[in-house]
Amino acid sequence: MTDTPLLKLTGIVKQFPGCLANDHVDLTVMPGEIHALLGENGAGKSTLVKIIYGVLRPDEGEILWQGEAVSIANPNHARKLGIGMVFQHFSLFEALTVAENIALGLSDPKDREGLRERIVEISTNYGLPLDPDRAVHDLSVGERQRIEIVRCLLQSPKLLIMDEPTSVLTPQEVEKLFETLRRLASEGCSILYISHKLEEIRALCEKATIMRLGRVVAHCDPRESSAKQLAELMIGTELKPSSAMRAGAIDGPPRLEVTRLTLVSDHQFGTSLREISFSVRGGEILGIGGIAGNGQTELMDALSGEVYSGKPQTILIDGVPAGHMGPSQRRTIGASFVPEERNGHGAVSAMTLSENAFLSGHIRHSLARLGLIDHGKTVEFAQEVIRVFDVRTVGPKAEARALSGGNLQKFVIGREVLQNPKVLVVSQPTWGVDAGAAAAIHQAIIELANEGAAVVLISQDLDEIFALCDNIAVIAGGRLSAPKAVSATSVSEIGILMGGISDPVGDSHAA
Amino acid sequence: MQLKLEPRGFQSKFWSYASPVLAIALTIATMAVIFLVLGKDPVISLYTFLIEPLVAENGATELLVKASPLILMGVGISLAYRANVWDIGAEGEFTIGALFGGGIGLAFPDLPFALLFPLMLIAGMIGGMLWAMLVALLRTQFNANEILTSLMLTYIAQLILIYMVTGPWRDPQGFGFPQTAMFSANATNPTIIEGTRLHLGIFFALAAAAAGWLLLTRSLLGFQLRVQGFAPRAARFAGYKETRLVWTALALTGGLAGIAGTLEVSGPIGQLTPQISPGYGYTAIIVAFLGRLHPIGVVFAALLLGLSYLGGEAAQIELALPSAVTGIFQGVLLFYLLGCDTLILYRLRLRSSRPAALRA
Repeated sequence: MTDTPLLKLTGIVKQFPGCLANDHVDLTVMPGEIHALLGENGAGKSTLVKIIYGVLRPDEGEILWQGEAVSIANPNHARKLGIGMVFQHFSLFEALTVAENIALGLSDPKDREGLRERIVEISTNYGLPLDPDRAVHDLSVGERQRIEIVRCLLQSPKLLIMDEPTSVLTPQEVEKLFETLRRLASEGCSILYISHKLEEIRALCEKATIMRLGRVVAHCDPRESSAKQLAELMIGTELKPSSAMRAGAIDGPPRLEVTRLTLVSDHQFGTSLREISFSVRGGEILGIGGIAGNGQTELMDALSGEVYSGKPQTILIDGVPAGHMGPSQRRTIGASFVPEERNGHGAVSAMTLSENAFLSGHIRHSLARLGLIDHGKTVEFAQEVIRVFDVRTVGPKAEARALSGGNLQKFVIGREVLQNPKVLVVSQPTWGVDAGAAAAIHQAIIELANEGAAVVLISQDLDEIFALCDNIAVIAGGRLSAPKAVSATSVSEIGILMGGISDPVGDSHAA
Repeated sequence: MQLKLEPRGFQSKFWSYASPVLAIALTIATMAVIFLVLGKDPVISLYTFLIEPLVAENGATELLVKASPLILMGVGISLAYRANVWDIGAEGEFTIGALFGGGIGLAFPDLPFALLFPLMLIAGMIGGMLWAMLVALLRTQFNANEILTSLMLTYIAQLILIYMVTGPWRDPQGFGFPQTAMFSANATNPTIIEGTRLHLGIFFALAAAAAGWLLLTRSLLGFQLRVQGFAPRAARFAGYKETRLVWTALALTGGLAGIAGTLEVSGPIGQLTPQISPGYGYTAIIVAFLGRLHPIGVVFAALLLGLSYLGGEAAQIELALPSAVTGIFQGVLLFYLLGCDTLILYRLRLRSSRPAALRA
């Protein structure tokens, strides 16, 4: 029995308009195996698992499930076969309870009997503590993920697909998740684990299939490969060590000072900011870590001026009270911003690169006169960004949506950096960006700080923060921990702060 | 085999221009079928509807008379729609503009033309703006959907017009007809060509189209309106205030519609009556879409839709068809246009129902 692969894909081809997402992909998963599917964004991993889960249908190729050819018509069919999947983005109703959410996902009404008991049973068995009667909006992201896992386990799957499961977890939660997954594997359930985080894969998986540009490029045992080897297989080139070095001491004046910033979110499930205080000197990079949804978006909006932050004195940009200012005025006094989302926030997909250059660049570069756009200067500025940041595109007339994620992000970062800001606030600058572009973006941020700008880097990627930043603070539940020197802290300490256990400001002292 | 719509993943430049052409062709074909069903010779009917009005005496100038208000309003609507401000109440703004402009003309009939006529236009513009700004107020203060409020305000505008011409402003010498006195010579929109009805409106319309084009493609405000329409979050990121853009977009639409209303009543109509518009404000919405929300495109679209009014009159007289033919033409055109616009984002594919390899 053990010789028959649980799942065997041969020659899977999936063509999307303008993109061959899967090009004759083969994949074999044995029973009880934890199998990594490794690759950069856009390598075709998600397409492949969507085919396995019946969300997409292949144009060509064969799927063998326990040795028999199958055509997986839809996710329902996949679940019946014994395939479960935990998506990167959860599909949960915030206002309903855990049990209600799970009941909604069950196709057979008979399964609902005794559901609560079975949820409790499975969650305790596998070390996934869950209260079936809690409402989802009260739960942390890690707990929400548990719901999705329990939902899959209720169907006793033979194969569990996990799509980038750790991007929303603290290091401690990651450890717990791994224990659960190992336990499942020991009971014979295979796990297909999708990630681009190499250390995790080396810690968890016993086999890896590496994809690049829609093709399988290598198979290996990740436990016997170094992270560097895996990365090079994934990217297809040798990794160059980052060339930018941090300049010496940070002795500039405070360029960004935030004092007791409190903002009540007007979204039902938004996070309110509470008494956030920090200051960043010229030449300093402050990293703000934290799990998604803990106030990062709200903090970014408050710093950029998209949401007013109350009293002018709350935010000082280069010494100028700016709390009452909108984004344009803040740019005038020397600030620049890169929001987390490129499409539709940092850039307009349907507009050309030169129009996108104008979007935030027209103030500091005086690209408009008497209410009219100076086309010549705008195109020149766009060309400069394209040249300096090596943006791969046909030129300033290309629409933003024609660019790959990495190239568009380089353009957005370049547009802000080339405005010579005194304060730069960036959020998730390398999210969904290929390794080459990520290195270029990191280098630009470091160089800008070396030239004397104050940089705030909001990121969920702790590796990125530890690699780039001088100081680090953690945002959890809308509160910011006191910044610490990166050299004086550790990943596990930061991990605990990310869980929101510690409460460095206010309440605990008052009690 | 089945016909399948497949997302292109980008906007097709070709189809964004070809879609109106295809829609017009399909509309003409459908009109031929409708004429046939009504028992008329389709060729003669189409000729009567689409060609004869042009070759008739004064046909060209009459077309421009119809197109002028459509251009003025179509330009304003295009600018607003670019910013995702869906004002469908140009008809009401046109009506209130006509009341304001016409009211000045009736109140000061003896002022010199050089003073009175500009005053009327300004008043008309202000009237239209005020009416549209009610919509802006409701949207920005109470988050009320502008599609609903602007449409409902149109009915109110119509009722105010009826009240004014049957009540306070009724012509005492008008034998009780619901209409005001004729405008004085100084309050009349002059004709440009002797013996035709072509009035100053066409100049205003072309100027509006040119200014609209400049605003949309060259100005900071036009850029802001477009960003607001494409990506509201990006507009906020850039520092554009949404409420200000909503006010501006509505003020532009309303102002242009108000001017159109004043030009119309002080020109071809010559007085205020309950029927000052054959639905120009609604037709202008079709004009805006057919013209690709582009001020220059609007000029061409307005000529075609203007023709549908003339064609409707001709069909009534010569084919004994009801004037509803105009409305049918316009409705069918909008229907096909919206349908054909699908091709901008999707392509049609003929394909077998299942990929062959999977049938194994």
